[in-house]
Amino acid sequence: MEWANQLCENRQFGSKMTDSKYFTTTKKGEIFELKAELNSDKKEKKKEAVKKVIASMTVGKDVSALFPDVVNCMQTDNLELKKLVYLYLMNYAKSQPDMAIMAVNTFVKDCEDPNPLIRALAVRTMGCIRVDKITEYLCEPLRKCLKDEDPYVRKTAAVCVAKLHDINAQLVEDQGFLDTLKDLISDSNPMVVANAVAALSEIAESHPNSNLLDLNPQSINKLLTALNECTEWGQIFILDCLANYAPRDDRESQSICERVTPRLSHANSAVVLSAVKVLMKFMEMLPKDLDYYGTLLKKLAPPLVTLLSAEPELQYVALRNINLIVQKRPEILKHEMKVFFVKYNDPIYVKLEKLDIMIRLASQANIAQVLAELKEYATEVDVDFVRKAVRAIGRCAIKVEQSAERCVSTLLDLIQTKVNYVVQEAIVVIKDIFRKYPNKYESVIATLCENLDSLDEPEARAAMIWIVGEYAERIDNADELLESFLEGFHDESTQVQLQLLTAIVKLFLKKPTETQELVQQVLSLATQDSDNPDLRDRGYIYWRLLSTDPVAAKEVVLAEKPLISEETDLIEPTLLEELICHIGTLASVYHKPPSAFVEGSRGVMHKRLPARTGSGESTESPDVGTIAGGSGTETAPSIIPSQGDLLGDLLNLDLAPPTTTGPPPPTSGMQMGGMDLLGGGLDSLLGGDIGGSAAMGAGFGAVPAVMPASLNAPMGGGLGDLFDLGGGVGMPLGAYIPPKTVWLPAMKAKGLEISGTFARRAGVIQMELTLTNKAMSVMTDFAIQFNRNSFGLAPAGPLQVLSPLSPNQTIEVSLPLSTVGPVMKMEPLNNLQVAVKNNIDVFYFSCQYPISMLFVEDGKMERQVFLATWKDIPNENESQFQIKDCHLNSDAASNKLQASNIFTIAKRTVEGQDMLYMSIKLSNGIWVLAELRVQTGNPNYTDLEISVKCRAPEVSQCVFQCCEAVLKN
Amino acid sequence: MIGGLFIYNHKGEVLISRVYRDDIGRHAVDAFRVNVIHARQQVRSPVTNIARTSFFHVKRSNIWLAAVTKQNVNAAMVFEFLYKMCDVMAAYFGKISEENIKNNFVLIYELLDEILDFGYPQNSETGALKTFITQQGIKGQHQTKEEQSQITSQVTGQIGWRREGIKYRRNELFLDVLESVNLLMSPQGQVLSAHVSGRVVMKSYLSGMPECKFGMNDKIVIDKAGKGGVTDDVAKSTTGKQSIAIDDCTFNQCVRLSKFDSERSISFIPPDGEYELMRYRTTKDIILPFRVIPLVREVGRTKLEVKVVIKSNFKPSLLAQKIEVRIPTPLNTSGVQVICMKGKAKYKASENAIVWKIKRMAGMKESQISAEIELLPTNDKKKWARPPISMNFEVPFAPSGLKVRYLKVFESKLNYSDHDVIKWVRYIGRSGIYETRC
Repeated sequence: MEWANQLCENRQFGSKMTDSKYFTTTKKGEIFELKAELNSDKKEKKKEAVKKVIASMTVGKDVSALFPDVVNCMQTDNLELKKLVYLYLMNYAKSQPDMAIMAVNTFVKDCEDPNPLIRALAVRTMGCIRVDKITEYLCEPLRKCLKDEDPYVRKTAAVCVAKLHDINAQLVEDQGFLDTLKDLISDSNPMVVANAVAALSEIAESHPNSNLLDLNPQSINKLLTALNECTEWGQIFILDCLANYAPRDDRESQSICERVTPRLSHANSAVVLSAVKVLMKFMEMLPKDLDYYGTLLKKLAPPLVTLLSAEPELQYVALRNINLIVQKRPEILKHEMKVFFVKYNDPIYVKLEKLDIMIRLASQANIAQVLAELKEYATEVDVDFVRKAVRAIGRCAIKVEQSAERCVSTLLDLIQTKVNYVVQEAIVVIKDIFRKYPNKYESVIATLCENLDSLDEPEARAAMIWIVGEYAERIDNADELLESFLEGFHDESTQVQLQLLTAIVKLFLKKPTETQELVQQVLSLATQDSDNPDLRDRGYIYWRLLSTDPVAAKEVVLAEKPLISEETDLIEPTLLEELICHIGTLASVYHKPPSAFVEGSRGVMHKRLPARTGSGESTESPDVGTIAGGSGTETAPSIIPSQGDLLGDLLNLDLAPPTTTGPPPPTSGMQMGGMDLLGGGLDSLLGGDIGGSAAMGAGFGAVPAVMPASLNAPMGGGLGDLFDLGGGVGMPLGAYIPPKTVWLPAMKAKGLEISGTFARRAGVIQMELTLTNKAMSVMTDFAIQFNRNSFGLAPAGPLQVLSPLSPNQTIEVSLPLSTVGPVMKMEPLNNLQVAVKNNIDVFYFSCQYPISMLFVEDGKMERQVFLATWKDIPNENESQFQIKDCHLNSDAASNKLQASNIFTIAKRTVEGQDMLYMSIKLSNGIWVLAELRVQTGNPNYTDLEISVKCRAPEVSQCVFQCCEAVLKN
Repeated sequence: MIGGLFIYNHKGEVLISRVYRDDIGRHAVDAFRVNVIHARQQVRSPVTNIARTSFFHVKRSNIWLAAVTKQNVNAAMVFEFLYKMCDVMAAYFGKISEENIKNNFVLIYELLDEILDFGYPQNSETGALKTFITQQGIKGQHQTKEEQSQITSQVTGQIGWRREGIKYRRNELFLDVLESVNLLMSPQGQVLSAHVSGRVVMKSYLSGMPECKFGMNDKIVIDKAGKGGVTDDVAKSTTGKQSIAIDDCTFNQCVRLSKFDSERSISFIPPDGEYELMRYRTTKDIILPFRVIPLVREVGRTKLEVKVVIKSNFKPSLLAQKIEVRIPTPLNTSGVQVICMKGKAKYKASENAIVWKIKRMAGMKESQISAEIELLPTNDKKKWARPPISMNFEVPFAPSGLKVRYLKVFESKLNYSDHDVIKWVRYIGRSGIYETRC
């Protein structure tokens, strides 16, 4: 929230008394003094005053009150002063649109100034003022400036078109500025061309389907010519634009490449990277047997290596890009391993990236060197880096078979260091090595087992358990080892639990006689005592497998594992292609498509590498892009339903009988009623039990009896929810109460689901909660607490849950709230952080309350007071909102609002508009005044307008949201 | 494009804040302060994404410069721009410090307005900028129309880096070949990686718009010439030595890149005064001026014996200067005794290192230091990481073997010729990251 920032900065400002004169300030009456100085006759004094104003503005102080005085200084022939005033204007014009108009004349006059620097300054500044009225006046001067005789003015005007487009796209199109801008691509001055290209590219990005840039061989030729002549920045704009072009055939593609390659020797790394992007993209179209193709590949390596001698930040950008390039075309840098060796003083972000690339480039030819390096890195200080280095050693073993043995012995050396995280990381990678080369390095298992106790990270524990399970037949005390993990089964992470389950089943299949008890224990832990569906399901599957067909179980569980891939963390090919098209940009740094981090329409378009087309094949291939990359749906974000939805789906599945008719397939028993089948069936199936152990069979049969209950659990709870929801919505009387929503899903709270809403009844704020127990055990000892919040909401009494909440049970609780608790500003303002405790754990969630809960009953203001207050609150505190599509007349609206303590004080009808004046008082004494305008004359016009004025403007948004909710329900 | 640019002091207070785009609000200033400057953890990346807003930052002493954007900008360009911004500021008011920034904040705003328009970098050559952004501010009125258009054509022109009408009584130029040798050597003396990154810095005081051509003993050029047969002898006689293989080079924007690409000739119209003509990198046949031979022996748990020998490896007639060897010591060092044959050596507890300084050393010599390091017993399980021994020095030759063959100056409009220009060439080789593991 802006006000808070300013507040906090003002505070800093006060404490900052350095010797730079403009940054110091007298505290009281400062604005007043500045006002006097600004209106001084002495030029120097005026200028000093403007400087002080700008200094205040910089540190976030609100100096908008000086607007008229500063604008008065605009009429000056002192260029420096003028620039300062313009700077002020750009900052505050939006908040003072009416007064900003005062400046228009000066702007228009300046656009005619004989000095090109002043003309350009005027047009540049005008474009930065986002006030509609000023924008209108901008059109004519801009038109002139686009055709100005001076290139400096033209290059500034070109950018101004992009600014204007950002404010009012329609206006730019209507005024024909786009065509003028296109003409500038043929301008004689390279800088004008560059800026025009930049502006057009930006505008084109927000109109993905327009043919704005209309690149054709002629215009490309012009761009390539300008490329040789313009500034480094201009070269970047042009290269980035070129990259969007789709050459018609390989010959054109080659000729562009030839003219772009000289840029690889530019001192500016961004020029180099943009050139690399063009080359990487157009290279796709060249036939691989072409001599030129090989030459180009060779030419790419040196400049990429040179980027690594740039400043560290640029190195980082370069390395992120090289990572992509190496994945796309490993041949380019395959001989350059050494340059990626880590230097002791490299910043950590550079080190980690280099390491990544080293692993990708590792091959039989350089593995010895790489390993020596990695071993060195594993003794460094930074934990992340060391871990990555250890992991890299493992990757090398998997990638280069010849080195595996050396890698394993290096890893063993590292384990001997006993440094905790090194040991854990080593064990994780050794697991992968075992997978890749089965039955080769089992001799090291003994060493690994020695370190069992020091493993505290889930991944390492899981890896170790996997190893024990996999090689259970060779480890004498495998059962003891696994059993030791079983003691704290419920405290383990899911990853470890799953692994432990599988490992014990493996062990059982290998040594059935000694481990029956163990396997039963783990199966019952997984199926009965856990509320993790994955774990439970896997438990049941094993159970069923073991009980039905032990031979099949052996085939399934001990099946030969598929080979693991040599490369890891490879970027998915379509994404990689897209990222290659974005070399040098943020997307290539994040390794994410622009749509993942850019808002709005920009960057939504996916870029693709062009397909290879021979010169003879087709001259026109407008859809080259789509052919190459495959269908666009691949990159569409997959929608993962929220947990609530998932539960709902499961419910449907269970409640409704399967709609498919016809003979049910044998496995469909798993669906619903099949549970009983399983329960009963297990016993009979176990008749022919494994290894003839009757005791075990009984064990298997006894447990699943509980299962149907557990499946029913979500059903009951869900029904309860539905019912509650209905109740919430159906409340017609009194104040508006929003429907209950789920605040804490059961998944996050070990089976406790909380949904709720807020209500104000007879002057008391109530938090209405629905607690549902979706777990298997009884819940007791409920308590609730709030974090400090904006309005000091706090529970007025304890949470009244008298009887224990048994599984499947739902109860409704109403908690009265007071507003005398500790206060802390929240973001958003009406956010409330809640902690709920029960016998199982403490859970945290946050919810938002409608601010109308805080509207008190005595919020009706006297008319006179209202008028005076309205005038007293400064205009900038007023915010305007629109409520769309609200079919209410003013009386109905007034009644609805009154029910929520929003009081109408007066009503006025002016020109077919009803104006309602309303007051609200918040529980902390803040008054909010509002003016609601209802169109009565025109029945088609159903939008309501509301202006909210308050001394604390930050509540306006919340109040408005409330009014909207009240009026619409 | 860049949405805004902020400058903070080390406490995170804003010194300069300039917003170019409407999508960047005032809260962005605080987001960066809270999430990066005041972050508890060490900065893990120069690019930070906070709530869909990307922040690029660089640090100069304790000043933070941050560029903000909400779009998919050219990241390399943003960093290049930030460096450029630092250069421009330094050219105007010297060191980038809180004091200087506060004292020049009006100037900085003026510069930011000029070199970044709607987030697009514009001409940022200080030579050009200084003609019309001055701290006097009144220049505007006193300029004649010609002067004004000369300024604008220079700012936008093809030769944005040089203005017309420069005159010197004495035409003179200085060429500095500055190289830094980087080395990473294993304890056994095996070169793990070595490269030279060099720069050719030129100071030109030439009249008019001189056309220059620069030549060096680049292998490709000389081989080419050699094939021609005619200039073979000339090439050999002028260079005297064999040619060198340049892995890659980059040039100042004044150099005609297309010409270099096609003919490998370096031609340009130089900016006035000092600038960097080119950068290059070589990895083959590097003369490593020094060799460091370390010997570290752990005597029990509380004592280390270190012996380091350095050998100079260049012509005996040349002198290396400012030699410094830095031998890291463990964190639990309690005392150090050093004996060295030459120079001075000191244990610096605050830097955890023994620093050995030698003022001068001729070629083909060797010198030795030995030290006994007493350690406090610790129960720290982690082994000492043994950082590499690093070295600093300066030598009066180019370790890459690069030689300047010629720098020809042509100015057709004025009456001075190549012979009238006084030319100076100097070679300096310095240590870059010159490390030997121990």
